Amino acid sequence: MVRIRIRNEWLERHQFATRIVIVAITGLVLLLAVAIRLFYLQIINHSYYANLAEGNRLRTEQVTPPRGLIYDRNGVLLAENRPSYELDIIPEQVANLQATIKALGKIVAIRPQDLKQFYELLKTKKPFQPLPLRTNLSDTEIASFAVDRQNFPGVDIRATLARYYPLGPVTSHVLGYTGIISPDELASLDPKQYNNTSQVGKVGIEGSYESLLHGSVGTRQVETDAQGHVVREVSYTPPVPGSNLYLSIDVRLQEAAEKALGDYNGAVVAIDPRNGELLALVSTPSFDPNQFVGGISPNDFAKLNTSPNQPLFNRALRGQYPPGSTIKPFLALAALDYGVVNPFKDLMCPGYFYLPSNPNPYRDWKRGGHGEIDMPNAITQSCDVYFYTVALKLGIDRIHDYLTTQFGFGEPTGIDLMGERDGVVPSPEWKRKNLHAPWYLGDLVIVGIGQGYLLVTPLQLADGVAAISMHGQRFVPHLLHAIGDPLSGIISDTTPRALPAVQETYPNAWKIVVQAMKNVVETWKGTAHAISVGARYTIGGKTGTAQVYRKRLGTFGEENESDIPKQLRDNALFIAFAPVDNPRIAVAVVVEHGGGGASTAAPIARKVMDTYLLQEIAGKSSAP
Amino acid sequence: MTFSDVAYSPARGDLTFGERLLRRLNLDGPLLLALVVLALMGLAILYGASNQDPGMVYRQTIRLVFSFIVLLAVAQISPQFLRLWSPWLFAIGLVLLLFTLHSGHIGRGAQRWLSLGFVRIQPSEIMKIAVPMMVAWYLHEKPLPPNWKQLLPLAAMVFIPVLLVAIEPDLGTALLILSAGAFGVFLAGLRWRVILLLALVLAIITPILWHFMHGYQRERVLIFLNPQRDPLGAGYHIIQSQIAIGSGGLFGKGWLHGSQSQLDFLPESSTDFIYAVLGEQFGFIGAMVLLVLYGFIIARALIIALRAQDTYSRLLGGALSMALFTYVFINSGMVSGILPVAGVPLPLVSYGGSSLVTLMAGFGILMSIHSHRKLVAS
Repeated sequence: MVRIRIRNEWLERHQFATRIVIVAITGLVLLLAVAIRLFYLQIINHSYYANLAEGNRLRTEQVTPPRGLIYDRNGVLLAENRPSYELDIIPEQVANLQATIKALGKIVAIRPQDLKQFYELLKTKKPFQPLPLRTNLSDTEIASFAVDRQNFPGVDIRATLARYYPLGPVTSHVLGYTGIISPDELASLDPKQYNNTSQVGKVGIEGSYESLLHGSVGTRQVETDAQGHVVREVSYTPPVPGSNLYLSIDVRLQEAAEKALGDYNGAVVAIDPRNGELLALVSTPSFDPNQFVGGISPNDFAKLNTSPNQPLFNRALRGQYPPGSTIKPFLALAALDYGVVNPFKDLMCPGYFYLPSNPNPYRDWKRGGHGEIDMPNAITQSCDVYFYTVALKLGIDRIHDYLTTQFGFGEPTGIDLMGERDGVVPSPEWKRKNLHAPWYLGDLVIVGIGQGYLLVTPLQLADGVAAISMHGQRFVPHLLHAIGDPLSGIISDTTPRALPAVQETYPNAWKIVVQAMKNVVETWKGTAHAISVGARYTIGGKTGTAQVYRKRLGTFGEENESDIPKQLRDNALFIAFAPVDNPRIAVAVVVEHGGGGASTAAPIARKVMDTYLLQEIAGKSSAP
Repeated sequence: MTFSDVAYSPARGDLTFGERLLRRLNLDGPLLLALVVLALMGLAILYGASNQDPGMVYRQTIRLVFSFIVLLAVAQISPQFLRLWSPWLFAIGLVLLLFTLHSGHIGRGAQRWLSLGFVRIQPSEIMKIAVPMMVAWYLHEKPLPPNWKQLLPLAAMVFIPVLLVAIEPDLGTALLILSAGAFGVFLAGLRWRVILLLALVLAIITPILWHFMHGYQRERVLIFLNPQRDPLGAGYHIIQSQIAIGSGGLFGKGWLHGSQSQLDFLPESSTDFIYAVLGEQFGFIGAMVLLVLYGFIIARALIIALRAQDTYSRLLGGALSMALFTYVFINSGMVSGILPVAGVPLPLVSYGGSSLVTLMAGFGILMSIHSHRKLVAS
């Protein structure tokens, strides 16, 4: 049976009215609940919330992670963090900023650049963020401020960690330094990570591994009183410290190289040819990186920046020098690869070389010439005429192709440091583009002895000689040896990045060139014979002496090299590797205005190799 | 029975010019006045909440003017016409909603917008009106209260859109649609034992629902239960909002004053948390004035529903009135910390346009119900 329901209009209206009343009462009760809640918040607990909002403001602070430490390959500490005290101002809590700073100036020394930095930060940061007015306060300054502290609401001393480089100038060109973040840098950094940090890695390892070294910030929520002083900590999330970096650098080599360079301006780069790890990277003169930490004074900076010796200039990476005769082994390999000469066929060296079109001779360094000479001897004795001929036979296109594609000259090596320069391997196109001039045969001939437009960096030279020592095997040069996780303590090694090996089509090319380089040191006719004295391992090398100015002896009335003003003297170069049969170290030395490669540069290389290999032989080194 | 469009009101001669204009435009004077006052108050609060940004106030003014025009337009449509179109609007809304889920725009992590080439619409907004319309349409010829057999279709027409919106995910809007539909059914006289049973079912499925919630939705509920759980993240809203309100005191810190809103301590101060700005700047008195104004508007809307003379208008009017209540209660409850944070704006005051248009269309319907009453021949 179907039940039929009949509509009852009156009943429905009555029922609807009842329901409306129910929902209206329910709604009223709920809105009343909100009103009671508001009454509770705004009337009963007003002072509590007013305190939170006004004086007892909850403040979230970022906790800066301790920056990762940097060690050398033997675990010698190169960069550490030291406690340091800075004077912070919370601008919104200071009634009269200028008067306060003036009063503070009577207690602590405030330099003009401190003020400049402070006012620059003031523009970018929020008024409730503490800003450093002074870093690195002395103990007396801390004590005198502590006495007067109650007179300075919104000003407080904060303990921070400041970077310190125990070895100072010895490692400055490797490590770089940290300094105050500039407003430009702030824009490109993650604000969450850098809000509460005033320091960032600028150049060197500090710059290129900034993200690893920085770590990850923690947070701390604090309750502060009306003056902005912390009353209590509400919550705390610890920061993740930055990773510790282990560099492939051996500070003993750094020190030996720096000492050996002495007062000369120059660079020494040592590489482990088996994996591309840098053992030393020295550029002199150097500077003390510690003066950059916490902001360098304009005076000190001007002094460094305007010094004629350019201590801030990293010659190892950025110095571009004519390689001189050190390019000869590379050109010999090119000539063998392209088959343009028979290495054992003698060539006549009368001491000069003529181009058919040019009446002026290209001279050999040895007056009277080397006589009949073959390729190995031409390398050993550094015969210029032989390599003028080689250059002419190869032609600039093949030289350019070989040096760039096989050995990577003319382009960055890819080292894990910023600012590396390319060097120049000239070509007719390069000359047209950069000098708007056609290519001449004369340009080509002098490339044969590493002069003219050819420019290399000391790092490229070291990288190149490492490849020769390994018979063509190449690696990307790098400084990072291992990364240490500060929390777990696990140290993970980086893996060397191999590059395609140098292709050589002539069967015994490597043997010929390596033997010739060995003879440079070992035979009495070799140009670097002097450094073989007392060596307990075999050395392969090549000297180079590069003209800085196109001068002929006697232009200024001088008779000897030593009579020439120092800044016009030749650059001295030396490339070497050792031991010859099982190379462990490859070195490039460039000494600006050092005179002869054999006399100035070669002994420096020997000292660096001694430092490394003799200690290794004695088993003192923990190096792999 | 015969119907006529003759109004119930006093003889024509007794009307002032204003009253005649309102009659001609099918508007309800008290409701319109309250809405205008509310909108003006909203603009003043917005100016204080946006750090004195005239651009925001200008854009909001444009939106308000537009939505008042929508109100005016909707008021001219008779309830009978609305009733005839209810299932179609519902169907269109449902199709658009499905389409949005399939290929809509993703904004702030949720898929809510549908681009129709020239204009972008939010189908979930349509559902805020279409669902109560559908419920009222379905019930208008049936004897009330609804029996067991009618419960299933009713549940379908409410819960399908609610679930579709919830998975967008837009929990706030889903809640508003649910409340509009549920109030419609409740006002139709749903029996208490059914309500009790539904409450029981809800208690059972809550844990299951929890299982299907998005991570951030769960987090919101957990943080509501304990704001200190994440004082720097999601709990920050609740803590800062309560500090803003509480520090306002009885009279507030004054218009355009107040560290919480002016120093950016309070997040989303011009949108969902604008009530906290009012609480900080105008104090308990200001917050109460606004609450009372909302109370008046809701009451007036309920009276219009009560006076309506057919089932459809009554149910629709009542549901829309209570949907407005839901808006106000959830927003003020969340800002003052007695409800979890759900994305529900404060009607006519929060900065933003999409919900404004729907709200005013709803008021337009109420105006229409008010002015298109028929005299029942007795």
